[in-house]
Amino acid sequence: MNAEPDTYVTADGRTIGGVLMDLRNITLRFGGVEAIKDISFGIREGEIRAIIGPNGAGKSSMLNVISGFYIPQEGEVYFRGERRPQLKPYQVARQGIARTFQNIALFEGMSVLDNIMTGRLNHMKSGFLKQMIWKGAAEREETENREHVERVIDFLQIQAIRKTPVGRLPYGLKKRVELARALAADPSLLLLDEPMAGMNVEEKEDMSRFILDVNDEFGTTIALIEHDMGVVMDLSDSVVVMDYGRKIGDGTPDEIRNNQEVIDAYLGVSHD
Amino acid sequence: MPTNVLYLIEVLANGLMAGVMYSLVALGFVLIFKASGIFNYAQGVMALFAALTLAGIMEGQVPFAHMINAVFGTKIHHFGWHVPALAAIAMTVLVMIAFAWAVQRFVFRHLVGQEPIILFMATIGLAYFLEGVGDLMWGSDIKTLALGLPQGGSRWLEDATAGWGGDDFYGFFIDKLDIVATGVAIVLVASLIAFSQYTKHGRAMRAVADDHQAALSVGISLNFIWILVWSLAGFVALVAGIMWGAKSGVQFSLSLIALKALPVLMLGGFTSIPGAIVGGLIIGMGEKLFEYTFGPMIGGATENWFAYVLALIVLVFRPQGLFGEKIIERV
Amino acid sequence: MFYREAGDFKTTYQEDSQTFPIKFDRWRYWAVLAVAYLFIPFVINDYWASAVFIPFLIYSIAAIGLNILTGYCGQVSLGTGGFMAVGAFACYKLMTAFPDVNIIFHIIISGGVTAAVGAAFGLPSLRIKGFYLAVATLAAQFFLVWLFNKVAWFYNYSASGQINAPERFVGNVAVTGPNADAWAKYLICLVFLTVCALIARNLTRGAIGRTWMAIRDMDIAAEIIGVNPLRAKLMAFAVSSFFIGVSGAMFFAIYLGAVEVGEAFGIQKSFLVLFMIIIGGLGSIFGSFAGAAFLVILPVALKLVGVDLLGFPTDLVSHFQLVIIGALIMFFLIKEPHGLAQLWRLAKEKLRLWPFPY
Repeated sequence: MNAEPDTYVTADGRTIGGVLMDLRNITLRFGGVEAIKDISFGIREGEIRAIIGPNGAGKSSMLNVISGFYIPQEGEVYFRGERRPQLKPYQVARQGIARTFQNIALFEGMSVLDNIMTGRLNHMKSGFLKQMIWKGAAEREETENREHVERVIDFLQIQAIRKTPVGRLPYGLKKRVELARALAADPSLLLLDEPMAGMNVEEKEDMSRFILDVNDEFGTTIALIEHDMGVVMDLSDSVVVMDYGRKIGDGTPDEIRNNQEVIDAYLGVSHD
Repeated sequence: MPTNVLYLIEVLANGLMAGVMYSLVALGFVLIFKASGIFNYAQGVMALFAALTLAGIMEGQVPFAHMINAVFGTKIHHFGWHVPALAAIAMTVLVMIAFAWAVQRFVFRHLVGQEPIILFMATIGLAYFLEGVGDLMWGSDIKTLALGLPQGGSRWLEDATAGWGGDDFYGFFIDKLDIVATGVAIVLVASLIAFSQYTKHGRAMRAVADDHQAALSVGISLNFIWILVWSLAGFVALVAGIMWGAKSGVQFSLSLIALKALPVLMLGGFTSIPGAIVGGLIIGMGEKLFEYTFGPMIGGATENWFAYVLALIVLVFRPQGLFGEKIIERV
Repeated sequence: MFYREAGDFKTTYQEDSQTFPIKFDRWRYWAVLAVAYLFIPFVINDYWASAVFIPFLIYSIAAIGLNILTGYCGQVSLGTGGFMAVGAFACYKLMTAFPDVNIIFHIIISGGVTAAVGAAFGLPSLRIKGFYLAVATLAAQFFLVWLFNKVAWFYNYSASGQINAPERFVGNVAVTGPNADAWAKYLICLVFLTVCALIARNLTRGAIGRTWMAIRDMDIAAEIIGVNPLRAKLMAFAVSSFFIGVSGAMFFAIYLGAVEVGEAFGIQKSFLVLFMIIIGGLGSIFGSFAGAAFLVILPVALKLVGVDLLGFPTDLVSHFQLVIIGALIMFFLIKEPHGLAQLWRLAKEKLRLWPFPY
């Protein structure tokens, strides 16, 4: 990994930096089941990194390791070149890692605006007393963060549903609000767990556009899990392929397309 | 044998008997919780209501007499007959089944799929409602249940053990009613287990407890099962009501046994019948033992909170209780 | 017709997120405050003060407190009675130990003491969830009541085990004790309620409130977006207990004057306050007021209609009261889990469009 060049420029002119998040020899077990077996890969600054693989390959578990929800039995996580100690999920979030979930995890009792504002929680620093008084510091801070959130709302084109309770939204919009909440946090690394699952073609196109725009405009590093191969090949700069908890491929979309082991895994050729 | 050891044994034995009583109430909770996910706070009031109804029917009281008198200015109170105990018990069971149907039809059918905590709060409302109805139907004065159950300490046991310790040991004191209650509880548990293992409806009940959707898809009527478990819980409540009522009279405080059963459940896990029984025994013995050893030092009446604090401590270390299934959190 | 937001343009985010976005509501809010402060104190008498107004004001504070914990943070507590007792006994000890300090400070410090006790009992909430926690809070209820009953230090070794509020003044006006006037007791309760409600509103509208609601709606997701669950829950327990402690202190010192712990702060009290927020509306400050008003007025109204008007015996009416409260709880949980506050909101929605149906 160190042998690779530090930065390069993609065909569409984006600059991809060095390794932001490096996972080294991660092994995760649930009781006797090995969900992840000795996997290593890196996520470079500014790239869109896809994790693909059949159901049960351990992709979501991998994302959960990155976001600190699962603690791997073996292996190390390096973030910004430093070894990450064992952190609670909320501490990981405070390092600038935001995510969305496979089964939408929005706060159903709150409005869209409030949901997205929760994404700003780590940027809101005014203390208990200031919030108690509200007038002055707390209100100013609320307004500043509201402005930021409004930019995200504009970006994702959800102005009209700002004040709607999340519980009333259709599935596709919920996914978008969830993305908005993650974006509001200004993450340096954004994890998307099947952002397009259950969407129709049109919604998928919209979502793909948003992902590309986020990456392009804010330079956010993105790691995503997705089943739709067409989408993955079009969006991502590099792809990790997992099967039965092992890594069976890692490279650019073109390399993956021609990787025999990956083809076998997807076409179901028996391993000898 | 030194006297204080004998006293300790007596304390433990009495705690065991009290624990059986707690288990009896806790059992009603577990039945409903397993099948419907409802944590039924009203179980204690159900016991009170069942005991009130039984006493009222036996005495030949006119239901709602107080209310009718107030509205129409009449002075009715009793029909003037006495119903034999067995017939009255049968009639009370019918009343409890009707109650089960009404609860399912008017309350919980509308709350299917709600969060457990909402259901729990609804049962608190149900407890208030049922307590009010019980008072309106039968009046709020203390009633005695004349079922002819044995009362008082067991002379035989006392005489047989009188010489064991020193001169100041007068033999074990154990309430005969507690012994009967233990017997009844064992029979009740055995028959409930037999029912759920070997009968068609019992199997359906377990299927519903496991997975509502799957049970529905193989043609089990959820509505019927829920009425069934509420009826069973009503029956368990009746048994508990009889035992507690015979012990200390049928009065409002009887409904507070629900509060005794809650820590039993937390300790034993809400889904486990053996857990309810073992939890009941642990709490029964534990609180008597604690009161016996530490009570005099810190002012007594520790039974009021000991069970809760014990359950709280256990829960902090084992959130699912001693016998509950492990809770796995997922994203 | 006049109840419109059209034409009332919001040009800043402050204006957009204000408490009463509609102009008419703002006017009404000031009107209610004016009546409460400038009119009622002059006409209030002992009966209305002790039957309706003072219990309403004090229960509102308790309901706001419980609503923060249960309605906003999603942690159901059945220990309200016990925490009110902490406030009451802290206030009593402070009043008798430091007779020269103003009672207002005693009440506030009592709230602080209760906050600490509440946070301690909130510690298990990290591990215990949902109704397991509800049942666990009963431990607080029973233990605290027992403690105040058995440890004579708390009631200054009085023979009866009761605590009695000595006479205390704000300025030179008595607010506690038998010589306190109705208007003085009313006003001090009103001031406390106003301040508490403002604080509660401010805490729930911003970052802290969103932290709580995130924990309530989905605690795992909240943790993954960066909420420290233990801190959020403990803060909710502490803030909620502060309000409940304040209300307990006032319930004892100003409203009852003499208290026997099991009677005044038993488990029934916990349920009463819980019912207030269910009927009034979970997660709503206004709902706390509505629920408290409803459950304070209901017995008074029932007695008026049942006993005085129809001539029913008192016990019959009190049985009816149980039936009605129980039925209402179930009704609201089934039909309108957000309580009176939501009914009020729906009525306002209708009013906004009136006279056109859409």
